[in-house]
Amino acid sequence: MKTIEKIGSYFLMLQKVFGKFTKWSVLRPLIFKDIEVLILGSIGIVAFISFFVGGVVAIQTALNMSNPLIPKNLIGYATRQSVIMEFAPTFMSIIMAGKVGSYITSSIGTMRVTEQIDALEVMGINTYNYLIFPKIIALLLYPFIITFSMFLGVLGGYIASVYGEFCSSALFIEGIQIDFIPFHIQYAFIKTIIFSFLLATIPAYHGYYLKGGALQVGKASTTSFVWTSVVIIFVNYIITQILLV
Amino acid sequence: MITVQNLCKSFDQVNILEKINAKFERGKTNLIIGQSGSGKTVLLKCLLGLHIPNSGKIFFNDVSLTDLKSKERRLLRQEMGIVFQGSALFDSMNVEENIIFPLKMFTSKTDDEMLERVNEVIKRVNLVDSNQKMPSELSGGMQKRVAIARAIVMNPKFLFCDEPNSGLDPKTAIIIDNLIQEITKEYGITTVINTHDMNSVMEIGENIIFLKDGLKEWEGTKEEIFNSKNTNFDEFVYSSEILKKAKEFMKK
Repeated sequence: MKTIEKIGSYFLMLQKVFGKFTKWSVLRPLIFKDIEVLILGSIGIVAFISFFVGGVVAIQTALNMSNPLIPKNLIGYATRQSVIMEFAPTFMSIIMAGKVGSYITSSIGTMRVTEQIDALEVMGINTYNYLIFPKIIALLLYPFIITFSMFLGVLGGYIASVYGEFCSSALFIEGIQIDFIPFHIQYAFIKTIIFSFLLATIPAYHGYYLKGGALQVGKASTTSFVWTSVVIIFVNYIITQILLV
Repeated sequence: MITVQNLCKSFDQVNILEKINAKFERGKTNLIIGQSGSGKTVLLKCLLGLHIPNSGKIFFNDVSLTDLKSKERRLLRQEMGIVFQGSALFDSMNVEENIIFPLKMFTSKTDDEMLERVNEVIKRVNLVDSNQKMPSELSGGMQKRVAIARAIVMNPKFLFCDEPNSGLDPKTAIIIDNLIQEITKEYGITTVINTHDMNSVMEIGENIIFLKDGLKEWEGTKEEIFNSKNTNFDEFVYSSEILKKAKEFMKK
């Protein structure tokens, strides 16, 4: 029953986010600040993880190809498919739920416990719009991070395969071009855009409706990570079922 | 002036405020006092419109807060200033940005005009040369001054202070109390202060209401405290040893 109530209040929150808009001159710097923190601040960790996971995918594919009849270009093909269709959009989003989501929950939650949100409300500000809308807009740039992740994942796979002598450069490049279906890219980006919205709003919900003190901020960050991950995995399944089956 | 009529508020069927009637006059420091859990903060939040009362009315001059639509309530809130217990300064903004914030949100003044007004209030609360400091670099007393400056920058008609001197040393607490009283007189604001600090009560209590378990038990001025016949109020007041001795001294 409580879960249904929470889902209801999440959607009510979304309605209020798009209610009375804050002055653009006030909102603009907030959006730029959020782009800096949420997007630019995540590039390093995304690059690191993508590069090495791409490498691991390639190595594991190579090591599991014991049959000599299977062409070596499959390493490139498997790396491309895994990275573009699942690793970059979905699993990178779960990692981002930890990084970006925790930041959103704790920053809004701290504002709640220190009465900063009450102060904004008393001033007559639509706090939902002021606090959450800039994060939604900033995370519209999230697909750029995922593009970057896709590129580095495949590059990591290439370097691991070629320098690990699992296949030649030409075979790997041939592999990443085989049976390429452009719709898979669209599928990945549709997922990414939906995940970016979830990444902004679910943690914001947990921060905004936080009750208690500093200890609850930590707890809310953990809960928000769990729920964001669960929803991303579930939505991933639904989108895959709708778009690919 | 703020008038409260038969205000009731409950949470989960537990009555927090029961039939509160009160008048908070303009140009006076109106104090709501009582023990922790007596309903002071809930009453203050009802006045601010942060809690919706179960029944009763709150009038800001002649405007009934409880009958206002959300848009009208938002407009009324722009005439209110509030100083929260923990100051509630925006962590990510420096002193100047904190104070200029309401001006940026609700006025169409130029940057120069806004800065001029900010410097005016900064000077008024004696915080000169602190414009670029972050809240974390300020002492508790200075944070309260910034909160007061932010609360008055829009020239509010109503000022609400939730335990403005909690966590401050007695000397700073008196300075903050006096500052609030001076500002109240100077700008002709209706000020409502929530406190359980008897030093504040004796210093600036021009109109005091005492709450116990959600009921208004006593009302009067600081001069009338020693003549009170209310046992609950006396129990609260004379839990302070200094006041007990003061009363004995006055009797003699």
